[in-house]
Amino acid sequence: MEFLVASAIGILTAAGIYLVLRLRTFPVILGISLLTYAVNVFLFASGRLTIGAAPILNDDMTTYTDPLPQALVLTAIVISFGMTAVIVMIGLGAFLGSDDDHVDDQREDEGTKPEGQP
Amino acid sequence: MTHWIIAPVVLPALLAPFIVLAARYHIGIQRVFSVAGTAALVAIAASLAWQVSDGSVLFYRLGDWAAPFGIVLVGDRLSTMMVLLTSVLALFVLLYAIGSGWDERGRHFHALFQFQLMGVLGAFLTGDLFNLFVFFEVLLIASYGLMIHAGGNARLRAGVQYVLFNLIGSTLFLFALGSIYAETGTLNMADLAARVQLIDASETVGIRVAAVLLLLVFAIKAALVPLHFWLPSSYAEAPAPVAALFAIMTKVGAYAIIRVYTMIFHPELEVTAGLHDVWLLPAALVSLAIGMIGVLAAKKLDRLVAFSVIGSMGMVMVAISMFTPVSIAAALYYIIHSTLAGAVLFLVSDLVRTGRGNVDLTTQAPMSGTALTAGMFFAGAIAMAGLPPLSGFLGKLMVLDAAYDQTLVVWIWAIVLSSSLISILGFARAGSVVFWKAHSVEPDEAAERPERPSILAYAATGGLFALLVAHTVFAGQVHGVATDMAEELFDPQAYTTTVLETPGKLSKPKEEY
Repeated sequence: MEFLVASAIGILTAAGIYLVLRLRTFPVILGISLLTYAVNVFLFASGRLTIGAAPILNDDMTTYTDPLPQALVLTAIVISFGMTAVIVMIGLGAFLGSDDDHVDDQREDEGTKPEGQP
Repeated sequence: MTHWIIAPVVLPALLAPFIVLAARYHIGIQRVFSVAGTAALVAIAASLAWQVSDGSVLFYRLGDWAAPFGIVLVGDRLSTMMVLLTSVLALFVLLYAIGSGWDERGRHFHALFQFQLMGVLGAFLTGDLFNLFVFFEVLLIASYGLMIHAGGNARLRAGVQYVLFNLIGSTLFLFALGSIYAETGTLNMADLAARVQLIDASETVGIRVAAVLLLLVFAIKAALVPLHFWLPSSYAEAPAPVAALFAIMTKVGAYAIIRVYTMIFHPELEVTAGLHDVWLLPAALVSLAIGMIGVLAAKKLDRLVAFSVIGSMGMVMVAISMFTPVSIAAALYYIIHSTLAGAVLFLVSDLVRTGRGNVDLTTQAPMSGTALTAGMFFAGAIAMAGLPPLSGFLGKLMVLDAAYDQTLVVWIWAIVLSSSLISILGFARAGSVVFWKAHSVEPDEAAERPERPSILAYAATGGLFALLVAHTVFAGQVHGVATDMAEELFDPQAYTTTVLETPGKLSKPKEEY
């Protein structure tokens, strides 16, 4: 179980980082989505993995799972979902405006010069 | 328990949807509400700062849940000062945005502006690391909207880079929070400070990783080299009032570093010994050097200002990374100075853009309103470069003074002084090309001259500059307050006992059901 979750986080993160380092907007956004999935699972595991236990504390309960990471994950999911929507819209706007979806500054771009270049 | 401390978060949070829903098509009403709200924020922030000036700590439990379990807001001297600085800056920036008409060039400027304020102020006031993440996201998502305000291809492209960089930063932040929670089981800052002490010296891997990840996140926000790449393009392409407001955003990173790395992972802590105290200072020195070299190399005025912001953040980080009470006091003094000076320069670069249509560092015919704009650029450049008589000089003096007993004192002195010289050269070159040589060019009579900037725009810029002058004149008092703050930071007893020992509700007794 631990191995499964850990390797899932590792593979998601590795794939995410690979995609984030690409040059075009679409793979980068996919990479960021993968990274946020990885971090959600990671947050989930930060309260230790417990199987078949409720995240509720009361006097009759002997085994329970930590409820706080679940709340954290919910917040993180909502935020990362919203952020991904925003970046898709901004990226789409930039692509439609300049007909180019490179993430970095392009040398032959009309008018705008790349940073540090004469 | 006073409720005033939550007002800086709730007021903009209510104002922003009101502006969107009720005043959508009435720019006049939007302006009135936005300015009135921000002015009220200044008053609230001033009263909060006055309440804690005797060393007491304001404390607020959301939902009345007791501290390590519920989310808390905490206002000590440092956070209330940052709240006051933010709201004062926001008021002048807002006046400039109205005076220059920037708020009419796209939709929802005022609503986004208020959301941005909510995020920044909340980040300063929160006493919980996860809540800090949430407020970071609030300020970021508002800043994405503000950054691409008024549209345009170059701005959208810079916006994509800015958003992507910050999304990766947020993901790192979550990784750091997850590891901290896994290691300690809490995210409340005061509780963390107590629990980190208890970690066994042989099992420090997780917490060390978490401490470094967290520092990386804050360093991204503070634009510390080599994590500064998002800053020049996005600040240069952002609308000028927005860039001026963003001057406080880098300070959010600096504030978070001061808060977390003096209270939780403080310098004497053995668990994290040999991490940030080793490489933070060299990184800060490199950002100082790179920022000022960028000032000399910039081809456009707005990019020049953006690099000077990196340089001055480097200066702040140099002071912070020595982690002594004297150096933190110097850093706090310099943070105020650098926020105001950066904002003034961004506004001046927009005055230039209004006056002649572009901000290229080339010689062109004199712009409209050249005398006033030139005077303000001159004064702002003096402040930013750290020449006497303005507060940049005093701030640098304090940092140099604090560096005396450091091992790297030679490096600090050499880089601070030589980078000051380079920035003076850069600003002098820019000023002479843009303003001085302009009189050697015959104006093209056929071409239509742009209108000169409005009086309100000049007044807002002048107001910020007046604050800089006041910061210089009252340097003794400000430094005294900063010293008190630094001492409070290194002795967080009042903070932690207030947070952890004030009783609140834990759970309801069974009889009530």
